[in-house]
Amino acid sequence: MNNPLLEIKNLESWYGKVKILNGVDIHIAEGEIVSLIGPNGAGKSTVLKNIFGLIEKRHGEILFNGDGKHINLLNKTSQQIVKTGISYVPQGRSVFPSLTVQENLDMGAYIREDKKSEIMHDLNYAYEKFPILRQRKNQKAGLLSGGEQQMLAIARALMLHPKLMLLDEPSLGLSPKTKFAIFEKIKEINKSGVTILIVEQNARMSLEMSDRAYVLELGKNKLEGNAKDLTKDERVQHLYLGGAV
Amino acid sequence: MAYIEHFLIMVCLYITLAVSLNLVIGYTGLLLLGFITFNAVGAYAAALVTLPAPVGLGMSFLVGVIASASLAAFFGFLIGLPTLKLKGDYFAVASLGLFYVTLSLLKNWSSLTRGPLGLPGIPKPSLFGYVFSTQYDILALAVILMAITIFVVYRITKSPFGRVLTAIREDELGVKAFGKNPVKYKIIALMISAAIAGMAGSLYAGYITFIDPNTFTFTDSIFVICMVVLGGLGSIRGSIAGVLIFSLLTEGIRFLNLPNETVGALRLMIFSVLLILLMQFKPLGILGEKRLRVKEID
Repeated sequence: MNNPLLEIKNLESWYGKVKILNGVDIHIAEGEIVSLIGPNGAGKSTVLKNIFGLIEKRHGEILFNGDGKHINLLNKTSQQIVKTGISYVPQGRSVFPSLTVQENLDMGAYIREDKKSEIMHDLNYAYEKFPILRQRKNQKAGLLSGGEQQMLAIARALMLHPKLMLLDEPSLGLSPKTKFAIFEKIKEINKSGVTILIVEQNARMSLEMSDRAYVLELGKNKLEGNAKDLTKDERVQHLYLGGAV
Repeated sequence: MAYIEHFLIMVCLYITLAVSLNLVIGYTGLLLLGFITFNAVGAYAAALVTLPAPVGLGMSFLVGVIASASLAAFFGFLIGLPTLKLKGDYFAVASLGLFYVTLSLLKNWSSLTRGPLGLPGIPKPSLFGYVFSTQYDILALAVILMAITIFVVYRITKSPFGRVLTAIREDELGVKAFGKNPVKYKIIALMISAAIAGMAGSLYAGYITFIDPNTFTFTDSIFVICMVVLGGLGSIRGSIAGVLIFSLLTEGIRFLNLPNETVGALRLMIFSVLLILLMQFKPLGILGEKRLRVKEID
């Protein structure tokens, strides 16, 4: 195992009085694609929200290796976490419908303090990855199709030039063909050097593209390992892949 | 007091209020029920600063305007800080609460505000030695304030800052995802809007020269909200149109030669009918832009 980019140790978290995570351990090495799968209510999205600082009541450890320093994300706000090199694509295509595609992407880079040429470079990269967005750059995001909106949400997250990208159910509500296209893009983004942590209902597709995966149940690690092995694991097949493959 | 000049001054002041309120409820998407609080705070601040001692401080109109803008903005900050972190309608209710608390203060803090007696004899506005004593003078000031407000709000909505406000209305989590703090933006938008409403209050106080706690009612708040909604949320032209239509209609009734008590009731009736028709046929307001949504997930 390489130097872990992100390490979560014994994470517990609550929504009000309800305990959602009962001790989750996850580690992600640089350059990996890691899937979090599990049934509804297992706490998959909650893990992502915890990493991104959107949840207040929690304890445990979330260590992120940003520029050689280990940063504990537990007491950081989302605003600080973004700056360490983590970007988050929330569930349900959170684009801004009344703004144009270009404006949506510009917003992605609002907090960046580096040179304009760097930002332009990333904008070009985002447009290269998603040529359809370049064609529609002056169109309002609300007029895009569901798949295009999801692409825009991912492209906007790329504008932060992240080291680690957190994706919450990017395939939700998309046609199989679009899902496939989105997963292909995620793989390409990963190849260009972005580590990916993805939460998915669609376990099969997500396992296919991942290096490793974690199965969560009731807010705890249930299984973990190599994605290929997990695809063959009987329990996973039975629970999430609809019987024998 | 010449009727038509008074009407025009009030239209300018209402446009100022409506356009600045639109920044909060239209662009940022926060239901601000107690908006008129900022108007009241501004009027009292200006009155107390410009009135001669012992009631006031006897300072110049310009100081009064600055005081009213600052105090109103401070009230905006005060209400925004604890409530804008919360989701949903808490802010709306809290802003309504702020109005009644402020009203209570104005009524009961007699040593400062003279309570229900009000503040008579507020000096007319004056700038650089020129006293704005006639209605035309006041109208000129009101037009200037209105123009500045429209310009400022327009520039804000076209700026990156304004785009973040729109983004907050559409998806607050999305705003966090690119590393901005939505609460900070909401508070700043509220403070800008409050400061403008405060300045409109200072001009009103200088124009009428008398204010008391009853000058500012919750109904005024609702009227301004309705004008904004009538014209179309998130549209500056809409807010202007909303004020014009509403004012012309309600003032127009005066010329029907109906008894006074009928006129008041009729106004409210016209208003209600107008709103119901609007909801039925033009739910986005007269000049409201079509709200785009993220595609539903099936």
